Amino acid sequence: MDIQDLIIDDRDRGIFRVHRSCMTSFDLFQRERELIFNRCWIYLGHESEVENPGDYRRRTVAGRPLFFIRSKDGRVRVFLNSCPHRGAMVCRRGAGNAKTLQCFYHAWTFSTSGELIGVPGREAYGPRFKRSEHGLKEPPRVESYRGFYFVSFNPKVEDLVTYLAGARDYLDLVVDQAEEGMRVISGSNKYAISANWKLLAENSLDGYHLIPTHRTYVDYMSGLGTDDSGDTLASRPPGAGRALGNGHCVSENISRNGRPIARWHPVFGEEAKPRIARVRRRLVKKYGEERAYRMADTSRNLLIYPNLLIMDFVAISIRYIEPLAPDRMDVTAWHLVPREESGAALATRLDSYLTFLGPGGFATPDDVEVLESCQTGFRASGNAWSDISRGMLKADPGTADELQMRGFWRQWHANMQGLSQANAQDGQPGGGER
Amino acid sequence: MTDNDRFALRASVEEFLFREAALLDDWRLEEWVDLFADDARYVVPSTDLPEGDPTRDLVFINDDIVRLRARAARLNSRYSHRENPRSRTRRFVSNVRVEETDDGQLSVSANVLVYRFRSGEGAPYVGTIDYILRRDGGDLRIAYRRAVLDLEDLSRHGAVSIIF
Ligand code: FES
Repeated sequence: MDIQDLIIDDRDRGIFRVHRSCMTSFDLFQRERELIFNRCWIYLGHESEVENPGDYRRRTVAGRPLFFIRSKDGRVRVFLNSCPHRGAMVCRRGAGNAKTLQCFYHAWTFSTSGELIGVPGREAYGPRFKRSEHGLKEPPRVESYRGFYFVSFNPKVEDLVTYLAGARDYLDLVVDQAEEGMRVISGSNKYAISANWKLLAENSLDGYHLIPTHRTYVDYMSGLGTDDSGDTLASRPPGAGRALGNGHCVSENISRNGRPIARWHPVFGEEAKPRIARVRRRLVKKYGEERAYRMADTSRNLLIYPNLLIMDFVAISIRYIEPLAPDRMDVTAWHLVPREESGAALATRLDSYLTFLGPGGFATPDDVEVLESCQTGFRASGNAWSDISRGMLKADPGTADELQMRGFWRQWHANMQGLSQANAQDGQPGGGER
Repeated sequence: MTDNDRFALRASVEEFLFREAALLDDWRLEEWVDLFADDARYVVPSTDLPEGDPTRDLVFINDDIVRLRARAARLNSRYSHRENPRSRTRRFVSNVRVEETDDGQLSVSANVLVYRFRSGEGAPYVGTIDYILRRDGGDLRIAYRRAVLDLEDLSRHGAVSIIF
């Protein structure tokens, strides 16, 4: 099948179909590696994960073993986790602190900024051997935005801020909630799903599945009550799904389930009320009513194309998807919290996170189940299509519509044809790629 | 305490743990929750931070009795899709160590192996469970249950969809 035929995108008639080989074909999987993961910016980690000089973390990013470390000069550096000498992994623990890094094979030693500073038996090498040529290697590009570090294996990639396009404002909406910046707390939830990675990207933005798939969660929360007292949400427009350019997408919702930052819910307890009101006043004062409303009362599931999600609803989860095979992905989730929160405020947030999120929560296990179920179902036919056309002819698609998913797929389809950008929106005459 | 007292105490704790394991394998989850005291906690730390503290760190599970009851009800619901149809599980509890604390409670730890079979897959959850057990008349109650997985991650399982 030709790449260009993998998606049917008829914007006049409201037809959007994705051929299921996109989730099963090994050839397409390899092509994604080349045309998407080796060309885009890919998330690596958060600056707060390496707070002190010498702190390091090991990561696998788009199949490549990397690590990042805060060097003595305070900069965050990213290195390929492979010894320049003969390839052994230099960083062999998930996390730690090091003054220098020593490879265990022949004991070459590197500084925290990557220079080769020790070679046992140095004199046995000839005069052409220069230590400066054998330092730890860095990925071609490393940049950060507001604490989020990304790498790219494409030396010619546009700068990160340009790449983020419309997603930048949504990241700001998340980070600005904190008075003293955000940090990732210790502990991560690592799990795997036997399904294609794009299914989780899609599922994380899919408002349509909430009630049927997560009924037990919805029932549990509504059983605990809601707080509509003095509520102004009724006058607000309902949620929206948006395509933000470059494949980034968001599903933005009014949040009646409470937001640990500044929207109270009975589950947080009476004693949390004054604190939440105080934070709300601070947000209004600093950012004005409208932006404070968006931070406090709306939630967002934000996809940073291709494989990072910032789930800012019951708490803030950073969810990273690592494709392993056409039918298999690793998922890691971290919890992002405002630095100024501790004690009761932090406890409330931690609790709120665990109710929905995480492989031990009341909802995530069912997402795992449903994605694996789809992947198995794909085997039923070699020639079947998935429908993602909901709301395609609407002027203002909501979160249960699927514009945000089409935005993702349109970018994917453009990239797979070697194009850098798609026209992500519905209903634009002419359609197709720019 | 004489050796005999110690053996007897361990035997009674083991009996309690075997009963708990049977309730879980039989999916008698409401009866299982009844083993807990009202102020109890059930914690499962993240696999990369076994010493994780739920008031500070990201864990998998940190339930008080309200959420524990809700968890049991959820797992019994037909809308708990990861466990519908239910998985088959078999639990093995061993290496039980019991110590009496100063306030008369029992600090217990046990090695636990739970095989879970479903959808053509079978994989074990392996780890240790630490308990604080409280005497309640002639019976014991769980005041604290911390289940620490030895797995490096949940890649074989995708979720903690059963009680570990
Ligand atoms: S491979 Fe690292 S020192 Fe030889």
